[in-house]
Amino acid sequence: MLIPIWFGILILVFMMRVLVPGDPIQLMFAGQYNDPVVEAQMRHKFGLDKPLTTQFVEYVEGVAHGDLGFSITSQQPVTKLIEAHYPYTVVLTLTSLSIAIVIGIVTGIIAALRKDTVIDLISMIFALAGLSMPAFWLGLLLIYVFAVDLHWFPVLGAMSPKGLVLPSITLGVIASAVIARLVRSTMIDVLNEDYIRTARAKGIVETRVVVQHALRNALIPIVTIIGLQFGGLLSGAFIVEVVFAWHGIGELAITALQHRDFPLIQGIVLVVATTYVLVNLAVDVLYAVIDRRIIYS
Amino acid sequence: MIEATAKHTTGYGLQTTSWRKRRSVVFFRTLFRPLQGKVGAIIIVLMIAIALAAPLVAPYDPLKPAYQVRLNGPSASHLMGTDETGRDVFSRVLFGSRISLRVGIIAVAIALAIGVTVGLISGYYRGIVDTLIMRFVDILQAFPGFLLALSIIAMLGPNLRNAMIAVGIGSAAGFARLVRGSVLSIRETDYVMAARVVGAPSRLIMRRHVLPNALSPIIVLATLELPAAILVAASLSFLGLGAQPPSPEWGAMLVDGHNYIQTAWWLITFPGIAIFITVLGFNLFGNALQDALNPRLRQR
Repeated sequence: MLIPIWFGILILVFMMRVLVPGDPIQLMFAGQYNDPVVEAQMRHKFGLDKPLTTQFVEYVEGVAHGDLGFSITSQQPVTKLIEAHYPYTVVLTLTSLSIAIVIGIVTGIIAALRKDTVIDLISMIFALAGLSMPAFWLGLLLIYVFAVDLHWFPVLGAMSPKGLVLPSITLGVIASAVIARLVRSTMIDVLNEDYIRTARAKGIVETRVVVQHALRNALIPIVTIIGLQFGGLLSGAFIVEVVFAWHGIGELAITALQHRDFPLIQGIVLVVATTYVLVNLAVDVLYAVIDRRIIYS
Repeated sequence: MIEATAKHTTGYGLQTTSWRKRRSVVFFRTLFRPLQGKVGAIIIVLMIAIALAAPLVAPYDPLKPAYQVRLNGPSASHLMGTDETGRDVFSRVLFGSRISLRVGIIAVAIALAIGVTVGLISGYYRGIVDTLIMRFVDILQAFPGFLLALSIIAMLGPNLRNAMIAVGIGSAAGFARLVRGSVLSIRETDYVMAARVVGAPSRLIMRRHVLPNALSPIIVLATLELPAAILVAASLSFLGLGAQPPSPEWGAMLVDGHNYIQTAWWLITFPGIAIFITVLGFNLFGNALQDALNPRLRQR
């Protein structure tokens, strides 16, 4: 299933340039080349004068060889630009994911254990607030309080561990809201199971009941939502990187979009979508690790 | 002993639940849950009222610069201060509600029109049509949502109209999958069978019998997608890919505020609060609606 979906993504990404309303050369160069001869040369350079099938075959061959074309604005290979920026996005996404997992699981478990109490109410208000909060606004507020006012962190563009703190918190807190809600509802279901009552009746310490008996059995939907949140975090990174001037792939993508730099946009979309597909594959594999009854044929 | 055991029980109605806890359970079940929906509905009605009455209520023109009062903090004459060209932030926030609500409603309408039609056809006809449509939906859903919207904007060009189309198309796959799932079970019911036996055409069966019975999950999803659409559209405007200056769109207003973050806190505060409250209102209402229509969730 994975390969057909990835191939579908490849086709869609290729079609981006083809489906553009209007002439891609005119759009990309914003009318810089009014001379038909120069325009024809550009069309030839980007392979747009060839039949669609030939263009697609060449595109697939290029992707297979790690060649995603040339960026129009920076005149550099797209692969090189992505290689330079993507690690920053991956670091930001993984740090945010770790924050989201810790806050989300702890909040969700506490809310489930204290269901229908003030603690539950506060946790769920936090989760709802997280769902309703625009990431870029939370980012701006954090910059104002912790960088401008308290001077604890650099205001913008510090590509250092200290500069990573605020963007990671911004993304992580918002993603944790979704995880907390799911952990709470899954844990409520699991905590009502007979085996939990049996474990408690046997006198097992509550922490062990919660972690070993309940959480372990609630893990599959939790891992699923964490996998889906990875996609959300990758998308969120596009916005947060602009807010914090974090030089990742998101910032690169927005600049490419503003200049209609199609080869670069296509390369970024392909790389990010491929990462998301691979993360979902990893989640599927994790299911079998978590629950030995799941066997993939 | 009862108190001690109550610590270890989380199930509703267990005999070991203490009196104090039972009282709080009653409070949350009978008062808080319905309150959520009411608060959400009040926020939505208020936002619609503000959007409609903005030209009457706004004290200043949201687009007209007044350089003599640029970057003034909140005061009696400018409740939310003024921006870098002296425009009144309060008036701009009021007018911004028109844009955000319109964007949310139109984006969800686009998603509904595409998603419901495709889902109905896919679930009703099944076979090769269903397989092809669902594989395409699989591919669309393999993109992180915001990335799909960005890709569509890349193709159509950055402006507010295209942002609405991008958000709408980006959310359509979810509706298609949901509707298809409902249709698959509805098409096997006796009343659909009876309609087919008397020779009713497929389009009539889908419109009269299938769609009305699949409506409740569609309404819930639409209510929950609306705030998401407002958020994505505001994010796109913040990135300069949606509403363009000098439009008083909340996301676009925050971009301006971003540049004056060290000197004018009000520019990053009030438009953000407006987005947050609007989205929160729709989320509260959507959650309450989901609870009301899904008895299993009501138990939680």
